[in-house]
Amino acid sequence: MLLSAENLACERGGRTVFSNQNFSLGSGELLQLTGANGAGKSSLLRLLASLSEPSHGKISLEGGAADLTSGQQAHYIAHGDASKSALTVAENLKFWRDFLGGGDLEAALSALNLAPLADYPVALLSAGQKRRLALARLALVPRAIWLLDEPSVGLDEASQKLLVALMSSHLKAGGLIVAATHVPLGVKSDRNLHLGGQ
Amino acid sequence: MTLLAALLRRDLILAARQGGGAGTALGFFLAVLVLLPIGIGPDQATLQRLAPGILWITLLLSVLLSADRIFQQDFEDGSLEVMAMAPPSLELVALTKAVAHWLSTSLPLSIAAPFLGILLNLRTEVIWPLALAMILGSFALSLLASIGASLTLNIRRGGLLISILVLPLYVPILVFGMSATTGNPEMINPSLLILAAITLASFVLAPIAAAAALRAYLK
Repeated sequence: MLLSAENLACERGGRTVFSNQNFSLGSGELLQLTGANGAGKSSLLRLLASLSEPSHGKISLEGGAADLTSGQQAHYIAHGDASKSALTVAENLKFWRDFLGGGDLEAALSALNLAPLADYPVALLSAGQKRRLALARLALVPRAIWLLDEPSVGLDEASQKLLVALMSSHLKAGGLIVAATHVPLGVKSDRNLHLGGQ
Repeated sequence: MTLLAALLRRDLILAARQGGGAGTALGFFLAVLVLLPIGIGPDQATLQRLAPGILWITLLLSVLLSADRIFQQDFEDGSLEVMAMAPPSLELVALTKAVAHWLSTSLPLSIAAPFLGILLNLRTEVIWPLALAMILGSFALSLLASIGASLTLNIRRGGLLISILVLPLYVPILVFGMSATTGNPEMINPSLLILAAITLASFVLAPIAAAAALRAYLK
C-alpha cells in the first residue's frame, strides 16, 4: 500500500495554509508531521481523511480497496473524542464497532486498558480516559491508514506506552500512520514533514 | 443496513437517556395545550373550531424546538467526522438521524396530539383522521427539520434561525394537514394523499440537502 501526495496545497478561508507538499508513505511506515500552531497539520490530516478537498495537487492511494476512498480506509483521531457521555465506555465502542463494520471489542478494551472502565458512563471519565476511549477505535476496527492528530495529548505515562505499543504493532502489521505532534511520539518515524517556514 | 441500524439504536438510547430534546418538546406541547383553553375562554364551540389548527401549530413548533439537537452534539464531539468517513454515505446518516428524531420526538407527539385534543373539545369523529394525518405529516416535519439543523450546525442557540429557515417549508404540511382534518373527513381523503406525497418527497430530498450542508461544515 502506498499513500502519496503530489504538489499538495490547502487553502482555508482564502488563506493558503501550505502549498507544494510532496510525500509518499508505504506499508509499515510512520510519517511524523510537525510545525507551528496553524501551520496546517490538522488541515493536511483532513485532506488525507477525504473530509476536505485540496485546493491544488492530489492524494493517491495504491494497493488499497479500489472502491473505497482513502478516508474510508482510514481512522482519523481528531481533537474530539467522538463519544457520548450518556453511554458507557462499552456502549460507545459497541456503537462504533457496529457502525464502522465490525471489530473486536475485548481487544480494544484491553489495548488501552479500558476493561475496568467498560461499564462506566463516559460522563464520569477524566479527559485522559476519554482520550483513551477515542484511541480505542484504532484497536477496535481494523483500518490500514491511521491519521492521528496529537494522539498523546492528555495521556499519562502508562497510557502513552499503550499507544506506542498499539502504533508499533500496527506498523509491524503493515499499516500506515500519519501523526501530527509537538512532542516525540516514542515510535521511530520513517519520514518527517515539517510544515510552515518554507 | 446493519450499520445504520446501529446508529438508529444509539440515537434512540441517547434520546431516552438524556431526555433533552424529546422531553422539552413534550413539555412545551403539553403546556401550550393546557394553557390555550384557559386563554381562549370556555366557549366550547370556539374551542372546537380552533382545535385542529391549534394541535397542528403546536406540533410544528414543538418539533422545531428540538430540531437543533439532531446533528449538533455529533458535530461538537467529532462523531460526525467519523461518520462522514465511514462506508455509509452521509445522506443515509442524515436520513437515519431524521428517522431517530421522528421516532423519539415527532411520532410520540403526533400520536398523543389527537387525544390531548380532548382538552380543546376536539370533535371525536376527527380524532382518527387527525392521528393518521399527523403521523404521516410528522415524518415530513422531522425530515425538513434535519435540513434546518444541518444548516445551523455551528451556531449556538440556532433555534430561531432554524425556525426562520424551516417554517416556510412547513406551510404546505400545515395547509394539507388542516384540510385533511376539517369538515367531515374520511380516513383517506385527497388532502391526506397530498400530505403523503409531501412526506415521500421530503424523504428523498431532505437527506440530500442535509448531507450537502453537513459536508460544507466538515470541510
